[in-house]
Amino acid sequence: MPVTSNKFWLNSALLLVASVAPALAQSVLSVIPPESTRMKVGQVSEAKIHLKLKPGFHLNSNKPADEFLIPLKLTWAPGALETVGVEYPKPAMEKYSFSEKPLSVYSGEFEIVTKFKAGTRGMTTASGKLRYQACNDTMCLPPKTIEIQLPVTVE
Amino acid sequence: MDCGVFLVRLMTALVVGLGLISCGSAPSAKAAVKPVKERKKAPEFSLKDSTGKALKLSDLKGKVVLLNFWATWCGPCKIEIPWFIEFEQKYKDKGFAVLGVSMDEEGWKDVKPYVDSKKINYRVVVGDDTTATLYGGVDSLPTTFILDREGKIAAVHVGLVSKSDYASDIEQVLAK
Repeated sequence: MPVTSNKFWLNSALLLVASVAPALAQSVLSVIPPESTRMKVGQVSEAKIHLKLKPGFHLNSNKPADEFLIPLKLTWAPGALETVGVEYPKPAMEKYSFSEKPLSVYSGEFEIVTKFKAGTRGMTTASGKLRYQACNDTMCLPPKTIEIQLPVTVE
Repeated sequence: MDCGVFLVRLMTALVVGLGLISCGSAPSAKAAVKPVKERKKAPEFSLKDSTGKALKLSDLKGKVVLLNFWATWCGPCKIEIPWFIEFEQKYKDKGFAVLGVSMDEEGWKDVKPYVDSKKINYRVVVGDDTTATLYGGVDSLPTTFILDREGKIAAVHVGLVSKSDYASDIEQVLAK
């Protein structure tokens, strides 16, 4: 293979690293809210936020077993929708090499369900904040708070 | 270029690229102590201890320092703390000190009860983003630096490593 061709492929690999590595380093959690949600005025409706963790990582559940651990928490700003409740999935009790007792955690893919009550017709956007803290078996990442926008049409 | 050859080369580039990513992001299982001439100066900082007294890194010059970035919410960090308590006691008379830099956002409100409950015998200060940036961002905890007597970085560990790895590093750096 000509030298220039080898350089091209090496450059391609390095370019790929440069473009993908920061994205991997930035977040181990993908948060996927529904693109849009339809609700009926006066009724309680559900909105599901889908979360996907990078393999090997876990999040503390909304009720961690240790007082020092940071819980997963989804909150919604007051607005056109009334937040009736936020329901977290059942956590797993997992034992890690760094913990003396099992920890209450989420891993893999899971959903958080929020029940909203819509008061008036029209289009609105619910603004939420998801706070989480992730670890794997040997290290932890700093707690993060990410904003979630949920477009809603109230009929 | 033939389409098949193109795909093979593209896959090769992807494999090489992802391999490099993996190497770059994986925790260091064991970071060897660097030769003296390759060591870089540890950035200076001044942070407050639980009494509000400022502690500068340069105050520890002349000692081998285990500089540990940690947090009360970090499980792997807590495994190491009893080891560091033991190292502080064991190597103190040889010119060694542990300095813990807590990255807890709530500062001493969270850190002091933990330090007291674990009877931590080494100096602990509360860090900030500026200090973390000086040390490469400290994106993962624990992150631990072993500094030589000149205040230069002799070894770095990102993530939980074994007690024997730390002891080996400390003894190597103390010996020189």
